[in-house]
Amino acid sequence: MNVVIIGSGRVGSSIAKLLQSEGWDVTVIDEKEEALSRLGANWPGGFVVGHGMDTEILHKAGIEDADAVVVATNGDNTNIVIGQVVKKRYGIDCVVVRVLDPARAEFYAKRGMQTVCPTQTAISVLAEAVRATQKQEVTA
Amino acid sequence: MYVIVAGGGKVGANVARSLLRMGHEVTLIEQRPYRYERLEEEFEHQVLLGDATELHVLEKAGIARPPDLVLAVTGDDEDNLVICQIAREGYNVAKVIARVNDPRNQAHFELLGITQTVCATSNILGLVEHEVPEHELVHLLELRNENLEIVEVLIEGGAPCAGKRIDKLNLPDGARVISVVRAGVAQIADGDTEIRAGDQVLAILEPGKEDELRRALIKAPR
Repeated sequence: MNVVIIGSGRVGSSIAKLLQSEGWDVTVIDEKEEALSRLGANWPGGFVVGHGMDTEILHKAGIEDADAVVVATNGDNTNIVIGQVVKKRYGIDCVVVRVLDPARAEFYAKRGMQTVCPTQTAISVLAEAVRATQKQEVTA
Repeated sequence: MYVIVAGGGKVGANVARSLLRMGHEVTLIEQRPYRYERLEEEFEHQVLLGDATELHVLEKAGIARPPDLVLAVTGDDEDNLVICQIAREGYNVAKVIARVNDPRNQAHFELLGITQTVCATSNILGLVEHEVPEHELVHLLELRNENLEIVEVLIEGGAPCAGKRIDKLNLPDGARVISVVRAGVAQIADGDTEIRAGDQVLAILEPGKEDELRRALIKAPR
């Protein structure tokens, strides 16, 4: 199975290494060549330097044969646009998009995009942790 | 008319100023604080500080009214695309127009349903094309929604169509000669109009028919 990961920051590079270790054929796209170092020494997968909005770069990364795409650059709107382009132009069903702004994540999730919002996850987990303390005090 | 202008750079500020002079109601959105401060001196309460791709900023600007028109003219194509999508799909804004900064992104806008776009780079290139005589088909106008374009062709001596009537030309399906300009005088073309060397021919065609049209009118394909 082939996966293309757009954006090799902390999130993108970690997912890349994880999936690679699980047997996926992984190709990573990042604007900066230095981002390759995040993938560790002797990265066995593919790495393409360029912008994910550029269809030539997507082609170079083998987007036509991708079974899944993870979009995790540091720009919410860039991710939202690339996610839609990849899904519509190349007909890839599994496209996961990171969106930090909860409002935009919800807006696009309602329109069929598979968004992951770390901010919303943090809000939920933190709120739950505080509530747990409250419950403990009530029972104590 | 109520207009939200997203992006207070040179384009956004000038458009906002003109719209206000025309008597329209305008809210200009700018996210860079130093730029906002300068704009505020001129536009006062009609400029808002914030990121126009954030829903709460757009709501503060009155996106829920909704405005008659949203202009997304920031320097970032992804931002412009998202602003247009939120306005149209989230708040039923009837008309959205986006600025395209990088012409390579034009196809993305069309793919994602934002068809009303303006790209300065493409416009300038179009003008350059018009000025460069070696180009055989000059693109005059693109009717994107109708999927048609209008081109201009200069017929030189020895061209296969020179001296022929239009109905005798082997024009491809999806292309028509609409006008012949001879010695500066334009006439509407019909089947029995004869094309001569030196004529400037205007044709309407479906995109992708350029090569066939070129073969029918002028010599070898480039």
